[in-house]
Amino acid sequence: MSLEEPQAPDVGVTGEGDLDYDALEDLLGDNVVDREQHENAEGFVIRPDEVEETLSTLKEEAGFDHLSSVTAQEYQDRYESIYHLKKFDDPTQELSVVVPTARDDPVSESAAGVFDTAEWHEREAYDLVGIEYEGHPDLRRILLPETWQGHPLSQDYNQDKPQIVPLREHANPMEEKTKIPDDPDTMFVNIGPHHPATHGVLHVKTTLDGEQIADLDPDIGYLHRCEEQMCQQSTYRHQIMPYPDRWDYISAGILNEWAYARAAEDMADIEVPEYAQVIRTMSAELCRIAAHLLAVGTFALDIYGDFTAIFMYAIRDREVIQNILEDLTGQRLMFNYMRLGGVAWDLPEPREDFFEQTRDFLDELPDRLEEYHNLLTSNEIFQMRVIDTGVLPPEQAKSFGATGPVARGSGIDYDLRRDDPYGYYDELEWDVITEDGCDNFSRALVRLKEMEQSGRIIEQCLDLLEDWPEEDREIQANVPRTLKPEPDTEIYRAVEGAKGELGIYMRSDGTDKPARFKIRSPCFCNLQTLPVMSEGEYIPDMIASLGSLDIVLGEVDR
Amino acid sequence: MSNDTELHDTLEQAQSTQEARMGEGVDERFNSTLRQAFGHTPFILTKFDKFMNWVRGSSMFMLLFGIACCSIEMMHTYAVKHDLDRFGAGVPRASPRQADVIIVPGTIVSKFAPRLKRVYDQMPEPKFVVSMGSCTISGGPFQEGYNVIKGAEEVIPVDIHVPGCPPRPEALIYGVAKLQERVANGETAPVTVKPYELEEFGDLEQDELVQQLASEVDDDDLVMRFNWADSP
Repeated sequence: MSLEEPQAPDVGVTGEGDLDYDALEDLLGDNVVDREQHENAEGFVIRPDEVEETLSTLKEEAGFDHLSSVTAQEYQDRYESIYHLKKFDDPTQELSVVVPTARDDPVSESAAGVFDTAEWHEREAYDLVGIEYEGHPDLRRILLPETWQGHPLSQDYNQDKPQIVPLREHANPMEEKTKIPDDPDTMFVNIGPHHPATHGVLHVKTTLDGEQIADLDPDIGYLHRCEEQMCQQSTYRHQIMPYPDRWDYISAGILNEWAYARAAEDMADIEVPEYAQVIRTMSAELCRIAAHLLAVGTFALDIYGDFTAIFMYAIRDREVIQNILEDLTGQRLMFNYMRLGGVAWDLPEPREDFFEQTRDFLDELPDRLEEYHNLLTSNEIFQMRVIDTGVLPPEQAKSFGATGPVARGSGIDYDLRRDDPYGYYDELEWDVITEDGCDNFSRALVRLKEMEQSGRIIEQCLDLLEDWPEEDREIQANVPRTLKPEPDTEIYRAVEGAKGELGIYMRSDGTDKPARFKIRSPCFCNLQTLPVMSEGEYIPDMIASLGSLDIVLGEVDR
Repeated sequence: MSNDTELHDTLEQAQSTQEARMGEGVDERFNSTLRQAFGHTPFILTKFDKFMNWVRGSSMFMLLFGIACCSIEMMHTYAVKHDLDRFGAGVPRASPRQADVIIVPGTIVSKFAPRLKRVYDQMPEPKFVVSMGSCTISGGPFQEGYNVIKGAEEVIPVDIHVPGCPPRPEALIYGVAKLQERVANGETAPVTVKPYELEEFGDLEQDELVQQLASEVDDDDLVMRFNWADSP
């Protein structure tokens, strides 16, 4: 069920539901300087001082309510910010807004006034590429330390220069100087970067008023390991594929690999054999179950504290999935199983054993899930902690670009597996789960119910794979040994990862390596909603909200 | 026990070794088969150092510390099936002040390195370090990254390296067991190559970069200076 009201068709949409770019250009009038052709959508080139006006018109009048990502890059002669716009109702309707800025003075108007999510995206663009955004509420570095010199993804960056990083956040919270001057009742507390409840190395700067949170600022970048740079210096064909496993490392590897595979395959026009698509779909859903299990297990850890039964049960079930995936891919965690145009190898022999093992797991899954429901969702203590805490209204979720279980827990009916179909999903029967509670409870519930749906998908895939004729088991399309897409091909493609919309922007320059590789991470966007959920709430509720967001710092920081 | 006669009498009368140790009427729970095996001479003769090492190696308190991908496998190592606790080394402590082993599970980047050093410094002596995964050996797959520290040893001393990306839980257990063995034998020899230290900003050599940052950083702020060109 969705909270959204039914609407009349937007401006710029034809009767068939396709985008009419000419009508959109008319809507924007003189703001459009030029039009570009990207693989996924058309790009409207606009002037750097008309960003807010253009995006606001597109949002209000043409229904582009989802700023999926902001990509910044430097060319020989200019800087460029690309705003990838989509619609929550139909994510196949895409539009890129391209904002070139001069190389000697890269200043562009900020979009933070139109989309809340632009705030962090633009900070990242400033940090890594060096474009400045005028009118941005708080333009400072986000991933790198504030004392960093230079912008690492700009062209003249010298990686060998020394850097100095301060350790400032060691102030004693009881000291006078940690209080806000005009409000002596407040106290400043660092949560993280080493803290058991931050799911990794997140640092949350909180200002407390008694037990309540007066102000909250997530500080990220403690795991910024240059994933984009790594991908930019690797070749399309084989070298990039191992990296996606390490973005969202909660066993969601195959889901991430699919994001890259989808973008690269669409860029190079590779048709994936159907049999490989079924294997991909099955293994991706196994990953989703494993990822959600850990989310549920650690959420319980945050709520109840210590290593309790639910966490142990979640790990027990994950071990079963990891065994299945290890049989299939050869690795427990970093699968590196997909290849451009297919998968690395077929199901393990003897196939019957693999099917039996996977079916055994699926047969037990309903009982396991019931167990989790008994221990969690129908537990009174759990309910007291999570119902009506960490409320995220759907409008704000949209504005912050929240996707995945976070959006679906706020009643936004948005799932790329159904709305922008890829793989074998549109041939299978399954449901998109949404919950209208908008609170921590809904988000946990969505994950538990999604596991059930993933189980349905895997079951159908197993049936298909079992009956697949032996001579027809093609796992790999014919792909050239070296892949060199046409110069200046640009593409933005997203898949539904475990945490939400995982998108990849790539631009080719005619070589076998991408000239720009940008990762749109769902956790990065979801984490931005934390202040909305937590300000004014109690501090234990903030911990619960953080747990229900289910962030992975590897993906937040990349 | 005031004199020899009384002591002799007590030993004569002792029906259980427990009474010999603690007098009559003590709860049965304080007894044990091991204790009974010692009979009326409950003494062990050993070197103090050897005894302390054995104790240290048999009861290791790990720091609950997750960085990146490896921490997922580390969680699996702590939890059911692999259950590191079987080896007397699996109770994670949330505070560094209660821990004596730190497993470093993941990539260390420039912003985190000073914090890692700080957490390590907060642990009481004696402390041991197990570095988990390729990233903590050399930077692993991210070695060429502009922001990645080329191994944990650049910041803190390391006792045991567990290679892998990520290492399987079995590998981590092997690494921890190996550490326990070495501790029990008094063999620890942590590898120390620490080019990066926490220093006060004012103590840094006055080069171009320091002068540039002078307006942003206070003289008594703690900083870490990374010399990327000298990294392996």
